Amino acid sequence: MTRTLSAPVTVAFDYTRSTGPVIGRFLTGLRDGVVVAGRTSGGEVVVPPLEYDPDTHDQTSDFVEVASVGTVTSWTWVPEPVKDQPFDRPFAFALVTLDGATRPFFHALDVASPDEVSTGMRVQVRWAAERTGAITDIECFEPATDAGPTGVEALGDNPVTGVITPVSLDYLYAASPEESAFYRGLNEGRILGQRCPTCSKVYVPPRSACPADGTPTAEEVEVSQTGTITTFCIVNVPFLGQKIVPPYVSAYVLLDGADIAVLHLILGVPADEVRMGMRVKAVWKPREEWTYSLENIDHFEPTGDPDADYDTYRHHL
Amino acid sequence: MRDVAIVGFAQRQMEEFDGSPTCVELLVPLFAECYEQTGWNRHDIGFWCSGSSDYLAGRSFSFVSAVDAIGVIPPVNESHVEMDAAWALYEAWLKIQTGEVDTALVYGFGKSSAGVLRRTLALQLDPYTMTPLWPDTVSLAGLQARAGIDAGTWDERAMAEVVNRSLTDAEKNEYAIRKGGSSVDELLARPMYADPLRKHDCAPVTDGAAAIVLAAGDRARSVSDRPAWISGIAHNVDPISMGNRELTRSPSTAAAAAGLDLTGVEVAELHAPFSHQELILRSELGLADDVAINPSGGALAGNPMFTGGLIRFGEAAKQVWSGNADKVLAHATSGPALQQNLVTTLEGRS
Ligand SMILES: [Zn+2]
Repeated sequence: MTRTLSAPVTVAFDYTRSTGPVIGRFLTGLRDGVVVAGRTSGGEVVVPPLEYDPDTHDQTSDFVEVASVGTVTSWTWVPEPVKDQPFDRPFAFALVTLDGATRPFFHALDVASPDEVSTGMRVQVRWAAERTGAITDIECFEPATDAGPTGVEALGDNPVTGVITPVSLDYLYAASPEESAFYRGLNEGRILGQRCPTCSKVYVPPRSACPADGTPTAEEVEVSQTGTITTFCIVNVPFLGQKIVPPYVSAYVLLDGADIAVLHLILGVPADEVRMGMRVKAVWKPREEWTYSLENIDHFEPTGDPDADYDTYRHHL
Repeated sequence: MRDVAIVGFAQRQMEEFDGSPTCVELLVPLFAECYEQTGWNRHDIGFWCSGSSDYLAGRSFSFVSAVDAIGVIPPVNESHVEMDAAWALYEAWLKIQTGEVDTALVYGFGKSSAGVLRRTLALQLDPYTMTPLWPDTVSLAGLQARAGIDAGTWDERAMAEVVNRSLTDAEKNEYAIRKGGSSVDELLARPMYADPLRKHDCAPVTDGAAAIVLAAGDRARSVSDRPAWISGIAHNVDPISMGNRELTRSPSTAAAAAGLDLTGVEVAELHAPFSHQELILRSELGLADDVAINPSGGALAGNPMFTGGLIRFGEAAKQVWSGNADKVLAHATSGPALQQNLVTTLEGRS
């Protein structure tokens, strides 16, 4: 059995980028069915064009169209494609020097087995059915035929000025052994922290090391389910992914026996009556809904006790 | 120039680290080993610098969480590079050269196994013309290996010889996660994976962390009878695009080496995550046949991401500390297919 709790997690983000005059020109060409190269001061014809000349450092301004047919100069087999590669079955990646270019260009090559590819073979662009002004407007290369690449419809002016690249990464996300103990405790209805042997501070959730002195936090301590609001905010602004309808109160709750506050939801009191020093207690979800999560605690609500003295939490703000 | 030496080194390598991607729990014992080697504590360290990646960790500002392992009261002087921690060592060396500090602790960490490593690394490529195709690390290395085979610069047998020597040497390395030599013929009989690469031509996916202590002049002499003095350090970079460099060569390695005196190097720890890359590096560095390459087993025996290069520095320093060699070379790479290269010479002085 592993020491730690883990769960799959996906981190996804759409990167939006402006393309500038050089890459924009190249991507506009792809959208319109032509491959645009840049000529360097040294006479190299480069695909995709370099934004700046490697010798003069001037911005590339000499563009030429090259053929969409060329020669493989190197290749590798991809036996186990990863997510979002051009094919979800085995294929080849290749460097292809297009006719008219002097430098090779990287893209996928659609062949069924490594026996069907060799250095020096002639290949041609297969255009994507729908083109948007991205490197994926070239679907892939394929072995050249006498007919050459299928012609594509020119789309005219309206240059490409930006691209949106979705990126999505999958992880098996693991908690540290100390955090794992915390989540296992929550699944038993307990709130666990750990005490630093050097400075005696109690961290909830426990950390792998005391951030103040670097000592591993070893000793497990169960903290109270009652605590003090040290600071709070009233959330009035809706945002993407929000689970609760605003307005609501998000507060730091310093549980009795802990030296660090936990962030949680405050209910059972009008938002405008929440205050620093207010005493609150954990309200758990029904037992059958518990999992390894701080969400087992549905919210905190006032105990009705008198407010805590400022001095009892002033060092924990 | 101030004299700066490596005086401490600790490492861990494993196939799958059973812990958090911040690796805090892994770093704490490594720092403890460095304190024990030097007799110092965290208050003796003037500068901290780390190498790691948020993409590997799957969370933003992951290096900030790792700072827990240091302890930051009173506040510390700290920095970070989003590449192999060998470049953090370079930054720390520069920091010591400024005279602002006399000591530094450099560390690298990464939990490669949390995601699909060869896919995650596609995010270090050109975002317009490369990343949308998700070129994985193994494929890019395969293009490079094929280019050399086609050009007659190396062949599959030469690649297998590198693997066999590495895995044989790794038998003596307690941290190696892949080890055990066999024979070149046996290796060549194994099936092709990412043609022209077999699985043993590719460094294994490795989790891990490492830490190195640097110290200047008398601070180094005060903790070590035989510090590994950094006598030369240089790094250079090649174009990121695969089409705009001669793949069978590493001009940036040659350019870095050109500024150093490599005569008399006895041992070289080369950071080559793919077997053919060791052949490229050896050639670009002009190393003589009698130079021992990667007695640790090298990256083919274990290559924790953002740490594999720094470990080469530690392994090279150990050769000096033990008196096994008077002059050694340490090399680290970062980026796709040997794009960026850092070369250092370390020397013992009697
Ligand atoms: Zn502490």
